[in-house]
Amino acid sequence: MTLSPKVTPMKRRNDPDRSEPVYFFGTCLMDAVYPDAGMAAIRLLRSQGVKVIFPPDQSCCGQPAYNSGFSREARAVARKQIRVFSKPYPVIVPSGSCAGMMKHHYPALFAGTPDEADARRFSERVYEWSEFMARVLAVKLVDQGEPLTITWHSSCHALREMDVIRYSKALLRQLKNVTLVELERETECCGFGGTFAVKQPAISAAMVKDKIDDIRRSGATTLVAGDCGCLMNITGAMEHAGVAIAGKHLAEFLWERTNGK
Amino acid sequence: MGNESTFDFEHNIADALDDGQLRKNLRKAMDILVDKRRAVFPDIAYLDQLRSAGNAIKRRALKQLPRLLEQLETNCIKNGIQVHWAEDTTEANNIVLEILRRHDSRDIVKGKSMVSEEMHLNHFLEENDIEAIETDLGEFIIQLNHETPSHIIVPAIHKNKDEVAAIFHDKIPDTPYTEDVEELTAIARRVLRKRFAAAKVGLSGVNFAIAETGTLLLVENEGNGRMCTTAPDVHVAVMGLEKVIEKLSDVPPLLRLLTGSATGQIITTYVNMITSPRRAGEKDGPKEVHLVILDNGRSRMLADPEFRQTLLCIRCGTCLNHCPVYVRIGGHAYGHVYPGPIGKILTPQMEGLERAGVLATASSLCGACGEVCPVKIPIPDLIRRLRHESYDQDGSAVVAGGGYKKNLAETLVWKGWELVNRSPVFNEMGTRLAGKIGKRLPKVGPLKKWTRVRTSPKVARTSLHERARNEGVKDE
Repeated sequence: MTLSPKVTPMKRRNDPDRSEPVYFFGTCLMDAVYPDAGMAAIRLLRSQGVKVIFPPDQSCCGQPAYNSGFSREARAVARKQIRVFSKPYPVIVPSGSCAGMMKHHYPALFAGTPDEADARRFSERVYEWSEFMARVLAVKLVDQGEPLTITWHSSCHALREMDVIRYSKALLRQLKNVTLVELERETECCGFGGTFAVKQPAISAAMVKDKIDDIRRSGATTLVAGDCGCLMNITGAMEHAGVAIAGKHLAEFLWERTNGK
Repeated sequence: MGNESTFDFEHNIADALDDGQLRKNLRKAMDILVDKRRAVFPDIAYLDQLRSAGNAIKRRALKQLPRLLEQLETNCIKNGIQVHWAEDTTEANNIVLEILRRHDSRDIVKGKSMVSEEMHLNHFLEENDIEAIETDLGEFIIQLNHETPSHIIVPAIHKNKDEVAAIFHDKIPDTPYTEDVEELTAIARRVLRKRFAAAKVGLSGVNFAIAETGTLLLVENEGNGRMCTTAPDVHVAVMGLEKVIEKLSDVPPLLRLLTGSATGQIITTYVNMITSPRRAGEKDGPKEVHLVILDNGRSRMLADPEFRQTLLCIRCGTCLNHCPVYVRIGGHAYGHVYPGPIGKILTPQMEGLERAGVLATASSLCGACGEVCPVKIPIPDLIRRLRHESYDQDGSAVVAGGGYKKNLAETLVWKGWELVNRSPVFNEMGTRLAGKIGKRLPKVGPLKKWTRVRTSPKVARTSLHERARNEGVKDE
């Protein structure tokens, strides 16, 4: 699939004004494994003059339990997030997968429960981070880094549920010293799939192996992705296989490039 | 495919992943099918509209299914087609056998039919001393090799040309070895012509059964389907009861979706519309046409508003072609008649979760299947639902074998997960603890599986929660 490189950042009627504060949902993976990426995402929002609120009682979107057959537990954790992010500010999520869960699956998860209406209202406020940066804030990035060839991994949920890949790529394409080489099978899953990776480890392993072969063939020295789950899977497999290609979350990569690191 | 009673998914997966030739054949074939589909549907917006139309037509049919089936029966009978109802595959098999016996037939020529696979008809007939002859080229190849279909549209897709050449040479008497596709096709044709000429009874599937007119619609590319339905004196069509559609005008969008999604064709070489046996004064065509309508668990699916969507399926197979799991393990690994994403939702509902629920674990929920489904079945959502039914934590399961995976250990893990993620104090403690001991965690259980091909996740010393607090990113 070719994804349109041209994006006209268009503000939509319901989009918030940039003077409004935003909530930041840090995701459980960023919290524990990728806090640098989380901080970079927050700093880039702040660099646009946006007030960022980080409710300390936030945790996980609930997707791990939801996809594993444990709706009740997923609902309890999701309800907690809806309560914690209760004011009518946009909720910015630096992951297509968690954003997809909160935007597209919460209404179904709470269907027929007393929280259904709250869940729907919450879902309407959810934005994936790169979409918010590119479309709503229409950021202008100034590349400070050395020439570099990178490749990009599209997470399945950013691609198919959130449909935000064009925004992520639009941000990357603003970096004048960065050459983006696309993967041959960009739209194919990396094999993470949350608990899938450990419930069907052999299939998952075959998928991630093919993914890193594709990344190798691209000739890139850095892999950029917008989802920490995929990133953890792919970089873990690359490191295990002795492939010397760095993996970075989009926010962290953009922060470093625009701050001369 | 192995024996279903000894279905060992893990073992099948390991074997398939180790088979380099199989994986090469599958990847090459799936790439071709995916490219052809993309070429025939270049306009994404138009395709989306067409898929919505397909979804609406099939939903409308399901909504009035009992009435449409009755109408189909009435109109078929009016047209001279004999209609038989089968609640399960045993009944369906016996209906076919009875027809064969009545005509004193010792063999039957078969066009491609997944419902006949679902019935395990060939095996059943063999036990009753009747030879079933597969006439679709792909089916012919795998029947020679004593295999079952590995794909619902292209049953021998796991074989390459050289392997087919070897099978023909080994299994068809007096056949010189050749890798020439034209010659191979000519060999199959030569063998099959004789069988068509001699057979008294032919069998086919049904792609769409039109209630309004009592018409059976059948698409194919080789002409063998037309031979099976016209050359013998008796034609038996078998169909799942979800194949009925309301009216003739429903056909064009569905046909476009079916052939485009399945093989990337605007239309197939043959489109057969069968509305009656040979009429008085006509020189050819079968003297008898029978329609066997099979339930086999379908009306149970229909009863659930979410699972009902399984019955929207028009069996195009494009979800298999786009599936990152199917392309790596192929159809036989799934151990049942219907493989791939559609098989993952169909089989557990037909066979029960205890026998086939494990299929629902073989998905990363990447969404590729749902994205291409011509009738917009939310396959990932139904896979997820089957996972819930497998544990049935709230006692609401509707699929047979619901709750078969329920166990205290896993329940406690998720209860613990819930507690940590609901309580900020536990959450922070947990992340801190993981940061301190993460590297020294013993590689057992899930972590052992993870680290087979990956390094362990590196838990940060300072969590994002702490970092945000330290840098003055506050709550309001």
